[in-house]
Amino acid sequence: MHPIVSQIRRLALYFAVWIPLVALLAYLMAVTAGMTAREALVLSFPLCLFYACVCLSAWYSCRATPFERSSFSRMAATHLAGALMASVIWIAAAEFLGHALASTGYFPDLAVRLPRTIPLLLGTGVLLYLLSVNFYYVLLAVQASQEAETRVMQASVLAREAELKALKAQVNPHFLFNSLNSISALAGSDPPKAREMCILLGDFLRRTLGLGEKSSISLDEEMSLIRAFLAVEKIRFGSRVNLEEDIDKEAREVQVPPLLLQPLVENAVAHGIANLIEGGRIRLDAHCRDGRLSIVVENPFDPDAPRRRRNGVGLANVRQRLAARYGELSRFEVTQQGDSFRVALALPAQREEATT
Amino acid sequence: MTSDASKKIRAVIVDDEELARQILREYLAPHREVEIVAECANGFEAVKAITELKPELLLLDIQMPKLDGFEVLEVIGNEIAVIFVTAYDSHAIRAFEVHAVDYLLKPIGAERFEAALTRAKDRLSGAKPQAALPASDLAAAARPPAQYLDRIPVRDGTRVFIIPVSKLDYVEAQDDYVALASEGKKHLKQQTIASLEAALDPSRFLRIHRSYIVNLERVTRLEPYGKDSYVAILLNGAQLPVSRAGYSRLRAFLDR
Repeated sequence: MHPIVSQIRRLALYFAVWIPLVALLAYLMAVTAGMTAREALVLSFPLCLFYACVCLSAWYSCRATPFERSSFSRMAATHLAGALMASVIWIAAAEFLGHALASTGYFPDLAVRLPRTIPLLLGTGVLLYLLSVNFYYVLLAVQASQEAETRVMQASVLAREAELKALKAQVNPHFLFNSLNSISALAGSDPPKAREMCILLGDFLRRTLGLGEKSSISLDEEMSLIRAFLAVEKIRFGSRVNLEEDIDKEAREVQVPPLLLQPLVENAVAHGIANLIEGGRIRLDAHCRDGRLSIVVENPFDPDAPRRRRNGVGLANVRQRLAARYGELSRFEVTQQGDSFRVALALPAQREEATT
Repeated sequence: MTSDASKKIRAVIVDDEELARQILREYLAPHREVEIVAECANGFEAVKAITELKPELLLLDIQMPKLDGFEVLEVIGNEIAVIFVTAYDSHAIRAFEVHAVDYLLKPIGAERFEAALTRAKDRLSGAKPQAALPASDLAAAARPPAQYLDRIPVRDGTRVFIIPVSKLDYVEAQDDYVALASEGKKHLKQQTIASLEAALDPSRFLRIHRSYIVNLERVTRLEPYGKDSYVAILLNGAQLPVSRAGYSRLRAFLDR
């Protein structure tokens, strides 16, 4: 849509801007071609009106040769050619109008004086056209920056939404039901153990609740959350669940979105270890290199296991949150090889000072 | 009937979590009339124990390693009172469609458990309930229509084979059984061909004959055989008869 033609008020304003130009052109014609004031005005008014319309077309060539993405020579060639063409059309219009006026008999001298205005018309024509080009480029730049602003706002709203949704979905109710069932079993057979499990479960729940308000936590905090989660699962699954960590000292301090890794570990238990009769070992590696934090969560699984419903929800969640917060700077990769399931992710390694 | 009353109810507990089995054991302890004959931690063990011990009562978890609770029911194929015990309420409808006695949600309350056990005893002592439909037919009926099988569990004695449908060449009806041809072997399963046909993805499997379902990816060509009948030749060389109705269905599929 043309930004000026599309709104009647803008169009009116645009023509208003041209009114002083009518006077200016008339003055210049009177001086350079020796026209009378009447002759100059009667000519310059329709000519300016006409050229105002011609200059509107500059918008399209500006849009076709965007400022950021076109070479200077291409822009120069396009717009100079456009300016010359517009001026030639203008001169032709002036000739036509001049002769028409001369033939009415009211302005008999116009036919002689008209050719003398050609250099003037050419000069002002090119100048005015290039001025419009300039104006349109500014307009396009303003539009682009407004769009970028809206996009950034939308992205941050989306990111926030994704995080909220993620946090809500975090504590899997079935994890709670199963844990409560274990506690109920222990209450009869081993009351101290039942109490211990209540405390572990309470500890885990309190941590997840507290994290809801923070936008980032250190990897170390996330790891202690995961350990609290696995402590509960270990009572349920016994020796079937094991965790093996390999985390850089440097990586421990890196800030990550809260509950980024816990769903991955929960998945590793629910879709990996829980389907294996003998259980298995979950590996969690985190390394810092070149300002990036790379994390790998790997677990064995049974490729022939019956399918479970929630599969993939946790993964999609983590992927979305990473993308919403870090965009192109993050990486998220899921690979299945034989009986090994592996999630690899990478994000910019930010310290506490940088994020808060 | 007096001998029945003195006879103990033999029960099997199936759950992959030790603590979950423990609480069921505890709830059953005061009931002298129920004897726990086996505890199993996964689907394979469960099938083995059930076929060997033929219990009357099954306390069954749904999500377990190897075979899930529904798949266990599908392969055991005999009359048994089942109480599902799970943390997931989303399977309840399906559970009752396979005629479960009850569906207990974890954590399990003692009173709720008693009620379930009473229902199980009623079912077991009452006049022989329902016509003996094979359990696999019930399991097939219970599957939501949009979700087709992606694997078929088959029992051979106490062993269980799992056939991914992608490796299934064709199915042949044999009396009350179906023979599943896969990787050069045939596995027998007690199920009707019609109920299996309904559970298979119709864009991949086609009923070409009263007694045959074929995996469409396996068909290489069709050859005329006698007067207006055909045989389908599979990649492995097997030849299957195609009925007239089957031929028009196959043609319609190939023309698409």
